[in-house]
Amino acid sequence: MLRVRVRVRQDFLLGVAGVLLAFAICEVVSRAGIVRRTYLPPASEVLARAVELAGDSAFLDGVGATLRAWALGLGLACAIAVPVGLLLGSVPVVDAASRAVVEFLRPLPSVALIPLVSLLLGSGTETEVVLVMYASVWPILFNTVYGLGETESLAKDTLRAFGFGRLAVLLRVELPATAPFIAAGVRISAAVALILAVATEILAGFGEGLGIFIAQAGLATDGTRDVLAGVVWAGALGLVVNAVLVRIERGLFPWTPEHRERKR
Amino acid sequence: MSRVAVPGVSGVPDVSGAAGGRRAAASAAARGALLRWAVLAVAVLVWEAAARAHGSVYFPPPGRIVRHAYDLWFSGPVAHAFLTADAVDNILPSLGRMAAGFALAAVAGIALGVAVGRSRRAYALCNPVLQFARAVPPPALVPVFVVIFDFGTPMQLASIVFSAVWPVLINTAEGTRNTEPLRLDVAAVLRLNAAERLWLLFLPSALPRIFAGLRLSLSLSLILMVFSELLPGTADGIGYTLTDAQSRSDLLTVWAVLLLLGALGYLLNTGLLTVERRLIGRGREGTR
Repeated sequence: MLRVRVRVRQDFLLGVAGVLLAFAICEVVSRAGIVRRTYLPPASEVLARAVELAGDSAFLDGVGATLRAWALGLGLACAIAVPVGLLLGSVPVVDAASRAVVEFLRPLPSVALIPLVSLLLGSGTETEVVLVMYASVWPILFNTVYGLGETESLAKDTLRAFGFGRLAVLLRVELPATAPFIAAGVRISAAVALILAVATEILAGFGEGLGIFIAQAGLATDGTRDVLAGVVWAGALGLVVNAVLVRIERGLFPWTPEHRERKR
Repeated sequence: MSRVAVPGVSGVPDVSGAAGGRRAAASAAARGALLRWAVLAVAVLVWEAAARAHGSVYFPPPGRIVRHAYDLWFSGPVAHAFLTADAVDNILPSLGRMAAGFALAAVAGIALGVAVGRSRRAYALCNPVLQFARAVPPPALVPVFVVIFDFGTPMQLASIVFSAVWPVLINTAEGTRNTEPLRLDVAAVLRLNAAERLWLLFLPSALPRIFAGLRLSLSLSLILMVFSELLPGTADGIGYTLTDAQSRSDLLTVWAVLLLLGALGYLLNTGLLTVERRLIGRGREGTR
């Protein structure tokens, strides 16, 4: 127990050292003039700018707009993908019938839909939400179907033997057993959704949002510092969102093997 | 991080169960295949009929889209393998950039991943930085590369490599790290040298995870290939064709490009899955 604790602490310290090391390398490379300063500004300047942006209300409004579109698209994707996934996973005929259609839609890189959707809906929030939704549907859908397939058949059979109907089995056994898979799908979709939100905004180029901030900074002369500060924000958002979702998963489904392992 | 459906093979009911008997299984599979193609055909026909009846500019009938794609790219002379000048100028450069970017990312990711994953300390040192690098939505970095390289192939290559390398790297590192301790002991007893250990021990045990990373990287490469070409300022590529058609409100070309990209994505995915099955064998595909 003690050894484990020492090891965890050591790993943590090493991680901090790694971050500092990466930071120092970026700083030195820029300050020593190995890379031109306009290309890669010193890490300290980028970080200072990122902190400064936290007090910039226009920038925060932009981040808020991005997060709203992200959350709305992700929410809609859940509302579509979970019921459809449950249907596909529990009725084999529907699954077999829709598989070809799904297999043709899924490999399409969602970024390629940006021009079409902007022609249809204009380049506003609607477009962004629709694209985020389209991209986030797939991981949730596939994880739901996969999770249903992994449900223990003994539990299902037991309930059936006691005379429970199909819907009762779905709600009492299959849905709880699938929930961790769905949650993992949502977590993957959250990252994909952020990619799509930022990509749509960068291409739209006007309005407000984190991607728009980055795109406009990229056009300005000497704007690399702002671009990188925006990137730091985007990465931090991604990390925070992921951490929050992992924590929720752990709280909701403490019985799944990997979470149990972590507790040990 | 392991609760992830494997794309492509997820949720496919295994019809070849031991109890079912071969023939029943085969006929069930045939019926399933028939059903899914029939449904696809019906969906396309309904779209065709609805599009013709409505005459909507935004949703042209599929027949015309296919025809247009054929005219645009595949009606060239035999000497060019039926590719038109348009295809040679736009599709091939895109594919080349994507292949080069993906290959670079895969090689770098696997090499660095094994290096990081072999030592607990190195892993602990790099992990937070890697997690951050992965968390950055890749399109956000593209403007940086535009500033550094200006528009053109180097910028696009950098964008693809820089976004596709993280999933392979992280997955390879985790796969290498989880090599069974017993096998490490056996390797020590057998006095395997570093190269033998790498080839016989670390790579095989990390292989399922490596492929899980490669699949993610492949779809990211495709996304970044298109995205980096969509930016105003590019001169060629599939994405350029797309923006060009968008600016002319040429919906037919937009749809044709989408068809092409869908087919491309499908082929690439299937290709990678085939390689994976060859190397690992069915049923042992890793989850992320």
